[in-house]
Amino acid sequence: MDHLPALQVLLPLMGAPLCFLLRKEAIVSAFTVAISFACLAISMTLLGEVRGGEVIVYEFGGWPRPFGIEYRVDITNAFVMVVVSLVASVVFAAGPGQARRAIPAGREYLFYSAALLCLTGLLGVTITGDVFNVFVFMEISSLSSYILIALGRERRALMAAFTYLIMGTIGATFLLIGIGLMYQMTGTLNMVDMAERLQDVNDTRTIRVAVAFVVVGISTKLAVFPLHQWLPNAYSEAPPLVSAFLAATATKVAYYLLLRFSLGIFGAALVFDRIGIDTLLMPLSVLAMFVGSIAAIYQTDFKRVLAYSSIAQIGYMTLGFSLASEAGVAAGLIHVFNHALMKGSLFLVAACITWRMGSTKVDVMRGLGQRMPLTMAAFVVAGLALVGVPGTAGFVSKWALVTAALEQDSLFLAFLIMGSSILAVVYIWRLVEVIYFQEPDGTVEKRDAPLRMLIPTWILAGMTIYFGLFSGFSVEVAEAAASQLFAGLGTAVY
Amino acid sequence: MTAETQTTVLIVSLLLPLVGAAGVQVLGRFVSDNARDVWTIVIGLATFSQVIRLIEPVMAGARPSLDLPNWMAGLGLGFEVEPLGLLFALVASGLWILTSIYGIGYMRGHHEKNQTRFFTCFALAISAALGIAFAGDLVTLFLFYEILTFSTFPLVTHAGTEAAVKAGRLYLGILVSTSVLFLLLAILWTSTLADTLQFTPGGILDGRIEGHSAVLLLMLFAYGVGKAALMPFHRWLPAAMVAPTPVSALLHAVAVVKAGVFSVLKIAVYVFGIDMLAKDGLSDVLMWVAAITILAASIKALSLDNLKARLAYSTISQLSYIVLGAALATSAAAMGAGLHILMHALGKITLFFVAGAVYVVTQKTEVSQLDGIGRKMPFTFGAFCIASLSIIGLPPLGGAWSKWFLVSGAFESGEYLMGAVFMVSSLLSIGYLMPIVVRAFFRPLPEGEDDSVTDAPLLMLIPICTTALLCFVAFFYTDAVYDLLAPAFGLN
Repeated sequence: MDHLPALQVLLPLMGAPLCFLLRKEAIVSAFTVAISFACLAISMTLLGEVRGGEVIVYEFGGWPRPFGIEYRVDITNAFVMVVVSLVASVVFAAGPGQARRAIPAGREYLFYSAALLCLTGLLGVTITGDVFNVFVFMEISSLSSYILIALGRERRALMAAFTYLIMGTIGATFLLIGIGLMYQMTGTLNMVDMAERLQDVNDTRTIRVAVAFVVVGISTKLAVFPLHQWLPNAYSEAPPLVSAFLAATATKVAYYLLLRFSLGIFGAALVFDRIGIDTLLMPLSVLAMFVGSIAAIYQTDFKRVLAYSSIAQIGYMTLGFSLASEAGVAAGLIHVFNHALMKGSLFLVAACITWRMGSTKVDVMRGLGQRMPLTMAAFVVAGLALVGVPGTAGFVSKWALVTAALEQDSLFLAFLIMGSSILAVVYIWRLVEVIYFQEPDGTVEKRDAPLRMLIPTWILAGMTIYFGLFSGFSVEVAEAAASQLFAGLGTAVY
Repeated sequence: MTAETQTTVLIVSLLLPLVGAAGVQVLGRFVSDNARDVWTIVIGLATFSQVIRLIEPVMAGARPSLDLPNWMAGLGLGFEVEPLGLLFALVASGLWILTSIYGIGYMRGHHEKNQTRFFTCFALAISAALGIAFAGDLVTLFLFYEILTFSTFPLVTHAGTEAAVKAGRLYLGILVSTSVLFLLLAILWTSTLADTLQFTPGGILDGRIEGHSAVLLLMLFAYGVGKAALMPFHRWLPAAMVAPTPVSALLHAVAVVKAGVFSVLKIAVYVFGIDMLAKDGLSDVLMWVAAITILAASIKALSLDNLKARLAYSTISQLSYIVLGAALATSAAAMGAGLHILMHALGKITLFFVAGAVYVVTQKTEVSQLDGIGRKMPFTFGAFCIASLSIIGLPPLGGAWSKWFLVSGAFESGEYLMGAVFMVSSLLSIGYLMPIVVRAFFRPLPEGEDDSVTDAPLLMLIPICTTALLCFVAFFYTDAVYDLLAPAFGLN
């Protein structure tokens, strides 16, 4: 039990080359699903242990900090790991039917290896207590996600992967430069040490520059407006399952990094009070909410609608952060969880549509309500959640975010949040009309996606309802995480 | 009845329509249309009988309630039966039975497709309406308000035509936008001001907000409840008339629109409190908006030839009676508003039933086509005449009482101008309703039309005559409703 934090990362890391060796599709897929579920079990156990507020520190090789690398589990990263491994398990479980169609026969093991490596990277970034380790794992996840995106069937996928590679590398480089500057000033790479030592030097220009590099680097990965251009192409050209996995996890982990670096390491006093990141991020978030949603309305491809919607939804998360309050950060974290469920299920719906129609163009979705009733019902449920209808997870996020905005007497901001969620109604309802009210071309044959795709889709869609009604879990954990984050790492009690 | 039994009855009455919806699906898909339709009526009767069981304890002063504190992100779901909500629940569930009977006649007479989906959504809408009626706090109210919007969308777009889809877009667009932009914002704002979001006699906001902010909050609520169809957010209601007539009758004369004005009234009474509204002219703006809506919609109704459209604008005007009653902020006016929820429902549902019957029997939709039709359909148009007189507000019909209280409430609060608005609007309603009756009975049928009696089919005629009769009965039993509502408005 003591080695759970290490296993969290090592399991998928060991699994990836094994997939490469096993090769046979049936075995590999079962193996991948088993590993991702094991990761889910581990992360849930870890969350259960740290939920009360204590922190688990795992020293690799028994070397204490600052000499060795340590993994450090608190509420925030345990929560994010649950999100990541939950989505991974459900999405990978939907894999078999999809992978066979999207990927040349006999090459499926490559998909599974890359997927497990990506999972390794994302979990590693989240769990580690060492800033250089963050960079290393981020590169692992990024490189494997370039592979995953390039697996898309169209040649455009290569271009999308390449753009993402350029942007991702720039982002990672910025982060690395920032980390370098921080190392120069503190002489340590351990997060807790760094946070403590930064207290003495955080008024220096070097650290201010470091904050700038780190925040811009992470924002690129997070696709904060206007650094979001890589995202629509990457998500829409990748195989749908990859989009489902990445959309629901990669940006969430980047958001976690933003919180960890700015609140945990630099400290709220530095980033908010002295540098004023919030005054920069707030207008950008609001712009993202509107630009993303408006762009989503005009897309002609379902996956692109979802991708632009993601940009808007990331805007909600960063808006929560830019409120610079515990309630705001909690709202952001609640949305991390809820948005992962909603987008995960919507991209799985896209995967089902690709399976049936070979494309996700809005044109081919005409009359799908008759052809794939169960899949489209899942779309409606998850779509309503994205809109934020009460009784769904989206409403919980919206409530938390608007309450946080009103707490700061910002009625105008609250109004803007509401306004942008109206735009979500427009882009979702446009699709509902196409699906249910337009006549399909050709014959209408009723055939839903296979169960192994339909069940994961409905699991996530069902969870958007479940966590809309019984959201004690997500709200409590997010609030506890926010207050722990605001306490900062420097003063953390062991 | 013990408190536990009361709560059980409350839960059962909330769940029965849901069970009904599930049953409609199963029976409609796997058994037969007849079984499905009988089931709809049985569930309607069962629901109504459960709601009736709540009258006695509520009259005795009990407030059956149900709390689910951990639901909805710890915001909690709460239900509490209070007089006003009980009245709305009685109206919605009672008229549901009649509309089901009528709807079966209509859908079969008109050979509509997708009848199973139709009756399923209908049951869901009723369960949402009951949720609104029994909501114990603003969050619960909002939840069911949105469910009502989305569950009625498939009903509005039932025909699936281009026009229906466009109307649906307008319907959803206005209702969802107003609810999210204004109502949810108002609720959240209230949550930062008050300690609770529960509906509390006397209100929860007194002394916590004042001046322009208070007026703004009140208007956010009033416009946020788009279902109350205050101008300029009224366009969805005429658009929704594209739906089959049973939908227009029950939902767009009773359940949906009454859910709107009921919410406004409930918010006025239980969130602001009548005393607070009366202070410093807090509700003046709302009063004027309602008055303008009353008059403008009536004038618009005069000019429309399409029967359902005319009735829709009449509804918009009549809904604002209730909003104006709330805004006048006196006990008598609020009582008038409460009574009008019932009286207008009885009258307007009859009028819509008639419009549907005319359409099914003769395919006529315009007022100008109705010459002499009263001779062909004497019972139907007799009912139309009675219901029109009730809407106008003449004794011995139910509408007279609600108008009496509304006008006397206006005078009591010194708003003589508003009293005059009610009077003028009555004249206007004579202007847009009576010509239809006159045309139907006193003009000759057009050349070449058979003048033998071909009244509506029995399944439609029974509900039509029943609701018309109820308009009449309601006049004599108003004191019972008065006694029920009195505690809500501090009258005894």
